Amino acid sequence: MTSRDQILAKVKQNQPNSVHLPDLSILGKESFDPITKFAETAVAIGAEVIEIQDFSEIQKYINSKYSGKTVRSTLADFNSENWLALSPKELDGTDFLLVEAQFGVAENGSIWISDKDLGQRIAPFITEYLGVILDKSKIINTMHQAYQIIGDEDYGFGLFLAGPSKTADIEQSLVLGAHGARGLVIFLK
Amino acid sequence: MTTHSKSAEIFNRDFERTTWHDETLYFVRQKRDKAAFQIDDWELLRETASQIKFNVLSNLSEYLIQFEENALKNGIKVHWAADAREHNEIVFNIVSEYFEGNIPHDTFKGIVKSKSMLTEECHMNEYLISKGIEVVDTDLGERIVQLAGERPSHIVLPCIHWKKEEIGELFHKHLGTEKGNKDPKYLTEAARQHLRDKFLNRKVALTGVNFAVAVTGEFVVCTNEGNADMGTHLSDLHIASMGMEKIIPQRQHLSVFLRLLARSATGQPITTYSSHFRKPRDGQQMHVVIVDNGRSTQLGREDFRNSLKCIRCGACFNTCPVYRRSGGHSYHTAIAGPIGSILSPNLDMKANADLPFASTLCGSCSNVCPVKIDIHQQLYKWRQVLVKEGHTSATKTLMMKGMSKVLASPAVFKFSGKVGRMLMDKMPFMVNNSLNLWYKQREMPEPPKESFREWYKKNRK
Ligand code: SF4
Repeated sequence: MTSRDQILAKVKQNQPNSVHLPDLSILGKESFDPITKFAETAVAIGAEVIEIQDFSEIQKYINSKYSGKTVRSTLADFNSENWLALSPKELDGTDFLLVEAQFGVAENGSIWISDKDLGQRIAPFITEYLGVILDKSKIINTMHQAYQIIGDEDYGFGLFLAGPSKTADIEQSLVLGAHGARGLVIFLK
Repeated sequence: MTTHSKSAEIFNRDFERTTWHDETLYFVRQKRDKAAFQIDDWELLRETASQIKFNVLSNLSEYLIQFEENALKNGIKVHWAADAREHNEIVFNIVSEYFEGNIPHDTFKGIVKSKSMLTEECHMNEYLISKGIEVVDTDLGERIVQLAGERPSHIVLPCIHWKKEEIGELFHKHLGTEKGNKDPKYLTEAARQHLRDKFLNRKVALTGVNFAVAVTGEFVVCTNEGNADMGTHLSDLHIASMGMEKIIPQRQHLSVFLRLLARSATGQPITTYSSHFRKPRDGQQMHVVIVDNGRSTQLGREDFRNSLKCIRCGACFNTCPVYRRSGGHSYHTAIAGPIGSILSPNLDMKANADLPFASTLCGSCSNVCPVKIDIHQQLYKWRQVLVKEGHTSATKTLMMKGMSKVLASPAVFKFSGKVGRMLMDKMPFMVNNSLNLWYKQREMPEPPKESFREWYKKNRK
């Protein structure tokens, strides 16, 4: 017998009688204003939130902070070199990356993005700073609604991202920019 | 081998340090409380999580098969390890086969690894290093203990026992930082640069698994630093080591666990990154190693199987008065703290017989546990088992047997309480002596003049 079959046989023998799964539909009924809650929570976990009327404001933001730097984006209306063909390692040195999120979660200030939004999986991690565009109408209350939206999306890789990379491993002092992006700006449109 | 109480005694010689350790962890516990109190449905969430886990344990073999089937469809290779040794061999063989049986030791630089308590449990680093494969821990806290030649002292906060001055000194020695610089920001930046180089130059990445979803064949890894993702998305080969109890039935169940995990662990609403790995990147290989290592045995122990519900949040560590004042290394096992003291005797009863006694049974652990494990009750039950199986010292056995006699008979209990109060009042030296382990490091409290029972009798109308 292989280890697999031995393990499975022993688990089967030792597992208790089957019990039912609980009802999840009673969860996630908290009520609050999703946009305010999202913005407050995102700021509390280290992100910057900027409300915008149109795309030119993002362009202005980037020009003021990253002129002459390496800026990349997956957005069609954004002018950047074709970096999708680069190897993941070659994305080291990206100063700013701009992507669009599918939706945001108010209770924890996170956004959901998957392969189709990312260009390359490494992109939102290896970039020094990250910008995310989020449609206000796509902010939902809790993680329960989040997984309803995700449903059975056929991604290879998907991610809840909440704030910039951080660590508190040295005496519990919070430091932003451990290994991933040092800063996150969310453009609420 | 040194027991928990011996090591704890040594830890407690530095009173200031012990107090600092205690307070730092209690600070984390308070952050957890604050986060939990903000969720109206917190108790409902805990109950739901607990029920999901009961369902998982009762259908584990079916879910494991389902997970395997779906992971394979997604292009993930699945391996099964009965024990730690097999796990380590599998990891080595995956790497070796990737290089077609010929690891090019001159150019292959080894593995980058993100946090995985399972690989600690399996002593994987030591094994791979003995086979000529370097393993670089990339979580900042784990890198610190690794450079120091230690093991993590906490499952979520691996170097919680280190002071920044000492980390400054360590980094000065290993990473060439300025002597005397102990600024956490400066030191974190140094680690970022040091590890960025490793991420960019390693082909193989190893991660743990927080949750694996049976119906989708995907697995989720949670980090704050982004080290798991930096490792895997830059690698050509991703190996994920997974304890078999990490399975959950459906994707939607992640909502419950992701709401609970970070809030319980550090008081954050969610970890910075909750990464869902479902298919390998183009040109990448992805492997999952499903590990038993005693779990199927624990599943068969009715009194202890609930320990397999654990999601490794560390909340029971942070709240435990014994853990806080004895330090993780006193537990001499990969998983310390209250939950480790239930899991470890399952692996080796004799070697870990001291651990279920490293608790006051105050129950604080069970109160904070996000999946509602009856931790302190299991610790108590382990004590009975260990005494019965003859794994405890003569004093302990005597005490335990005496206690169970006292507790079994209301009349004896009443009487011994009276004697106890009288003794503490009239002859305190009988209680405050070195034979009474409870007296170590503390004064015995003033005994109440009357017991609750006596008080109740008098005051009841
Ligand atoms: S036993 Fe409960 S509190 Fe302790 S680490 Fe596991 S899940 Fe967290």
